[in-house]
Amino acid sequence: MTLHPTTPDFKDNAHRALHDPDLQKALGHVQHGFIYKRQSAVERLPEFETLREAARDLKNHVLANLDLYLETYERNVVAAGGKVHFARNSAEACETIVNICKAHGAKSVTKGKSMVSEEIGLNAAIEAAGMQAVETDLGEYIIQLRGETPSHIIAPAVHLTKEQVEGDFRRVHTHLESARDLSEPVQLLTEARGVLREKFLAADVGVTGANFLIAETGTSIIVTNEGNGDLTQSLPKVHIVIASIEKVVPTLEDASLLMRLLARSATGQDMSVYTTLSTGPRRDNDPDGPDHYHVVLVDNGRSAMLGTEFEDMLRCIRCGACMNHCPVYHAIGGHAYGWVYPGPMGAVLTPSLIGVDKGGNLPNASTFCGRCESVCPVKIPLPKLMRHWREREFERHLTPSVQRFGLKIWAFFAKNPGLYSFATRTAMRALSWLGRDKGRFASLPLASGWTDYRDLPAPQGDTFQAQWRKRQQEQSR
Amino acid sequence: MSHAPARPRVGLFATCLVDLFRPSVGFAAAKLLEEAGCEVLVPPQTCCGQPAFNSGDRITARDLALQVMDAFSGCDYIVAPSGSCTGQMVKHFPELFDEPQLATRARAFAAKTFELVSFLTDVLNVTSVEATYEGRVTYHDSCSGLRELNIQSQPRQLLASVKGLELVEMKENDVCCGFGGTFAAKYGELSDAIVTKKTANVSESGAPLLLAGDLGCLMNMAGKITRQGKEIDVRHVAEVLAGMCDEPPIAAAQGVRR
Repeated sequence: MTLHPTTPDFKDNAHRALHDPDLQKALGHVQHGFIYKRQSAVERLPEFETLREAARDLKNHVLANLDLYLETYERNVVAAGGKVHFARNSAEACETIVNICKAHGAKSVTKGKSMVSEEIGLNAAIEAAGMQAVETDLGEYIIQLRGETPSHIIAPAVHLTKEQVEGDFRRVHTHLESARDLSEPVQLLTEARGVLREKFLAADVGVTGANFLIAETGTSIIVTNEGNGDLTQSLPKVHIVIASIEKVVPTLEDASLLMRLLARSATGQDMSVYTTLSTGPRRDNDPDGPDHYHVVLVDNGRSAMLGTEFEDMLRCIRCGACMNHCPVYHAIGGHAYGWVYPGPMGAVLTPSLIGVDKGGNLPNASTFCGRCESVCPVKIPLPKLMRHWREREFERHLTPSVQRFGLKIWAFFAKNPGLYSFATRTAMRALSWLGRDKGRFASLPLASGWTDYRDLPAPQGDTFQAQWRKRQQEQSR
Repeated sequence: MSHAPARPRVGLFATCLVDLFRPSVGFAAAKLLEEAGCEVLVPPQTCCGQPAFNSGDRITARDLALQVMDAFSGCDYIVAPSGSCTGQMVKHFPELFDEPQLATRARAFAAKTFELVSFLTDVLNVTSVEATYEGRVTYHDSCSGLRELNIQSQPRQLLASVKGLELVEMKENDVCCGFGGTFAAKYGELSDAIVTKKTANVSESGAPLLLAGDLGCLMNMAGKITRQGKEIDVRHVAEVLAGMCDEPPIAAAQGVRR
């Protein structure tokens, strides 16, 4: 049911991404726009660092008491007239949602942007049950037309150029006249708006994700910039909220702390354009709203992370700052990561959710530059968690045998300083002599991983330690 | 900040890359330390264990951490011309031990371990060096030094005191060069894409000399620069600060000085 991961083929994916000119053009925007905007937003808020610490502590507190807050949340949703469904895995979550849709005789289901719905493969499940699923976030709408998955958790179509989007609209929106100018983003937006308006009005069920679930009130909160979430949840008869279990926070006050960090970290906005709260179905004197309100809470491997070294990852509020600042993400975009969540957060979460045997490439494909951790609004130590995955791999003998063997040889010498000194002196003197003309090697046996792309500087000659000893002896004479 | 003894005994942890590939950086570091009034010791040493640690081999990383701590036990300070190896010793040695005694020992070791340039400025309060370099240079902030140890202003402060030297900042000087230790070989193509952006920023700065504080990053960038045929020299920042630029730049042949 869920998306078939291609993470084992990460290297091939990365190779294709590096040679895709459209993608490389589109990725330029990630590298510059997001970073600059976040930085300006952070500079405007002197207490930003303090907020990060408070947010980390808040999320840690919630994770330590998750059962309590989930039960409180459920009680308050029920009190407001809604219903909560707990789903252990993707299959249960999809089945629950499809059954609700069927029970209401739905033909068309509109969706707000939700990464957990991508994780469980919800669109495929809805379509397989004979209903239409319509993504209403502009980026999600575009990639749905293309049969793609999001390449970024907050900017799902960031891998595309506007020319590609125009091509897709002309292919799918057959009402478009060829003379109509669609060369500017705002024209593409207007076109999508027109098409989506009809879909909103025709929908029987609206599915939204949740940025936060409030235990004390049973409220779910979404933040969007397009307002599509509001139309998705208020027009149809049925509103289904789908959220993973770690989205719950105790109070509205707590959510406001996280919201002060979320938009600034994500897009550099002080706040997203729309912050929408929903609590239960329409009440008697409400002017609008759904008649039925359901919440599907998805575990799908998260409770198994509690109490482990990966628990820190459950603090994630899905802002995307880590990928916006990641040199690897900048080089290859999100699809190369091969499953739902890309970038550093994906490199930690993916092995947790699909297994390190399948997702193991991701925590390895990092330089540990640490920029992700330095911008994470809830201070998740992402490089450390990636390293923990490498440890799990090493323990389970999943590390590639060539690497393991190399490590073993190196460790043998490194742990024997006498042998090390003899071996390295011999090797460095030989290499230095071989490289004496150019001062570098364009190719070297066993070093092609390096020399295929760059020269290897030649050693200067004898090792530092040997030369230092010689100097000391000369000085003492 | 701890109070320095009159003539502190400083154990120079050369780092394996400097030991093997570029001893001149070790001598430059020793010169800077001696000029700042330190007694420099070089105990027999191999590696800090970071390659094992980052490959998930905690047991080897622990063995090597203990070996380093033993080798440098008689020193007032341990100083390395690398933010990356220093980061391993300062930030990660203490993470390796759950046993209270060993953990205490690792924390004590970490507390007296410093990266070379920040040791000079932050501990010894060195504000200038006696060196001359005529020309423009650009400086790459290596990731571990920058983000694990907050090394950013220190090398710039000392470079500003080098006579004739003009520092021109490149764009994205705080972005990774794509080295990442074994990453550079395991994911060579990806590493190449990252270093290609870096060398473009280096070129764009217009400086004919690139400096940084970590030999791993420097070998990566120098190797790319020579492969691209760019006319840019690459050196460790200690070489310039110590006024020891007699050896050819990294990845350049004997006699090649631009």
